[in-house]
Amino acid sequence: MKHDRILLGHGGGGTLTHELIERLFAPAFGMKELEDSAVLESAGRRLAFTTDSYVVKPYFFPGGDIGKLAVCGTVNDLAMQGAEPLWLSLGMILEEGLPIADLEKIVASIKATAVDIGVKVVTGDTKVVERGKCEGLYINTAGIGRVVADVGSTRVRPGDAVIVNGNLGEHGVAVLSRREGIAFQTSVISDCAPLWSLVQNALVSGAEIHAMRDPTRGGLAATVCDIAVASGVGIRLQESALPVSAEVRGACDLLGLDPLNIANEGKVVVFCRGTDAGRLLDAMRSHPLGREAWVIGEVTEKPKGMAVLRTAIGGERIVDMPTGEDLPRIC
Amino acid sequence: MNEALNRIAELAQRVSRNVTFMEVCGTHTMAVSRSGLRQLLPANVKLISGPGCPVCVTDTSYLDAAIELARRPDVIVTTFGDLVRVPGSESSLERERAAGAAVRVVYSPADALSLAQENPDKQVVFLGVGFETTAPTVAWTIKKAAQDGVMNFSVLCAHKTMPFAMEALLKDKEVKIDGFICPGHVSVITGAQLYRFIPERYGIPCVVCGFEAVDVMKCIAMLLAQIAEERAAVEIEYTRSVNQTGNPAAQQLIAEVFEESDAGWRGIGVIRRSGLAIRKEFSRWDAGKSVTFRESSPHPGCRCGDVLRGVLTPPDCKLFAKACTPTNPLGPCMVSSEGACAAFYRYERKVAA
Repeated sequence: MKHDRILLGHGGGGTLTHELIERLFAPAFGMKELEDSAVLESAGRRLAFTTDSYVVKPYFFPGGDIGKLAVCGTVNDLAMQGAEPLWLSLGMILEEGLPIADLEKIVASIKATAVDIGVKVVTGDTKVVERGKCEGLYINTAGIGRVVADVGSTRVRPGDAVIVNGNLGEHGVAVLSRREGIAFQTSVISDCAPLWSLVQNALVSGAEIHAMRDPTRGGLAATVCDIAVASGVGIRLQESALPVSAEVRGACDLLGLDPLNIANEGKVVVFCRGTDAGRLLDAMRSHPLGREAWVIGEVTEKPKGMAVLRTAIGGERIVDMPTGEDLPRIC
Repeated sequence: MNEALNRIAELAQRVSRNVTFMEVCGTHTMAVSRSGLRQLLPANVKLISGPGCPVCVTDTSYLDAAIELARRPDVIVTTFGDLVRVPGSESSLERERAAGAAVRVVYSPADALSLAQENPDKQVVFLGVGFETTAPTVAWTIKKAAQDGVMNFSVLCAHKTMPFAMEALLKDKEVKIDGFICPGHVSVITGAQLYRFIPERYGIPCVVCGFEAVDVMKCIAMLLAQIAEERAAVEIEYTRSVNQTGNPAAQQLIAEVFEESDAGWRGIGVIRRSGLAIRKEFSRWDAGKSVTFRESSPHPGCRCGDVLRGVLTPPDCKLFAKACTPTNPLGPCMVSSEGACAAFYRYERKVAA
């Protein structure tokens, strides 16, 4: 390891996080393929299993709260593996002094989101830490789902189309806009949403889907870089096709951020056989979360393991894996 | 957009010699790299980056002083985010923070002042780094601290001004510049007249430029046109925000709190009259008074200084993308999001066919 202490950047979902996983966690447990969820076989059934912790600050943000996020994030990790979410666990770490009224709101939000998706919270745990040891509350959820499709980040092939279901960067900008010390006026709200029913539409469309990813920490840039490496392909994005609202772009200009690196919580990037793109777009657009679905790029043979962007003025540039600490505690 | 490129191509042909234009603004560095503009220019038009990234030109000794302050138990160091990861001679603020130092990223000096008011038992130091764009808000904050009698707030000041740095480059025999792409943001404050001495004394064209790729393209065409017509003047491309005289209120604030001083630029050395020091009347809020600046040197082999002078393009540095990457930066040009090395690494590291 290059550092002798953990830096905030180790949690950013970029190269520092990868270093930690590749050098410490993965070798310790003999993990090879690192996906959003593990696919496990038991008694002839294929189950997906995943876990995620939520430390977003502030815990109420425009368009959602930590409770909704804790359900959506984990359910989305299952959905990206082609798994129908069935069960969730709920681990709560609460700070001494947290207003019960806030906790009640968050629990109501967890319940509403879970009911909406049709996933059951079946077990849980509660811990309380001294005031100042965490900010309000942290949540961990684990999820189990039933795998209904064969998808994975190593299956992407040259000729595939790259599709996203709408505007990029809204979760990150919405959370930042309420962050103490940054607070700025914007009407951007988080895109935080459960993606399973949209994914279901996509899966039954008949399109040959190779991989799906939710571009959370590290944004679209981290997602396409990951896929390019995992599948050994090149990914070419079109800047003019990238959906970014004027407000998100403005906020990014102001803060010196790249919308491609900003977290999303209700977006899915789908890699499907190029000739099936039309069929898949039709299916996605028939869903409320997919109305703005669009082809944003294509998969090529070269440059292997890299993503590039054709810019609006006709130049070409690299899309790089973010290092990862610009925006801590976004999810 | 192709129109602007066509015009550049046409003018470049008329000029019919190699020309090198330098931008001296981190935002321009980014706009050029992010848009892939460099590849679209005619072969005889070269763009280089100058000392326009405030974090990059900040001397190692300043970072060491900031780190020394951060290690004091009664001090909270506040800074814009870019500075946190820049290596000093032994450590960085990021590493100090992980080891327990109080280092807070703020988005304005006013936030640092509020933090001081909320923590009366701590000394809150704001790291004042930047050009004429950030200097007015820092000046305002120092004035406000004086007015409100906030004694536990101070600024470690390394503010710099652009014109004399540009002049130093023109006098540097190693550097060859045929035109300046002048910073839009700085010029909003100072006015375009600031650069008038460059065409007048050195015969070098200047164009004040906005920060979109399209602005940079128009600006390049305007510089080429001046060369083709064998004239040199200060022109404004960024007319939607910049005029000749700038923002007098902001200039007044700067003059009230700061005075001209000599300043050390990383890689360039001391440039006369290129810095802003806190005036004696406000020395109570000058953190520089409570810390000693020691001579220190950057990483051996780091050629950020040559990059900042426009003598070396980032990929030609031996450390680039090998020992020095954004994850493990050895010099400031790789750390700052506006640094030339970071921009090259992120966007222009060779794209295989």
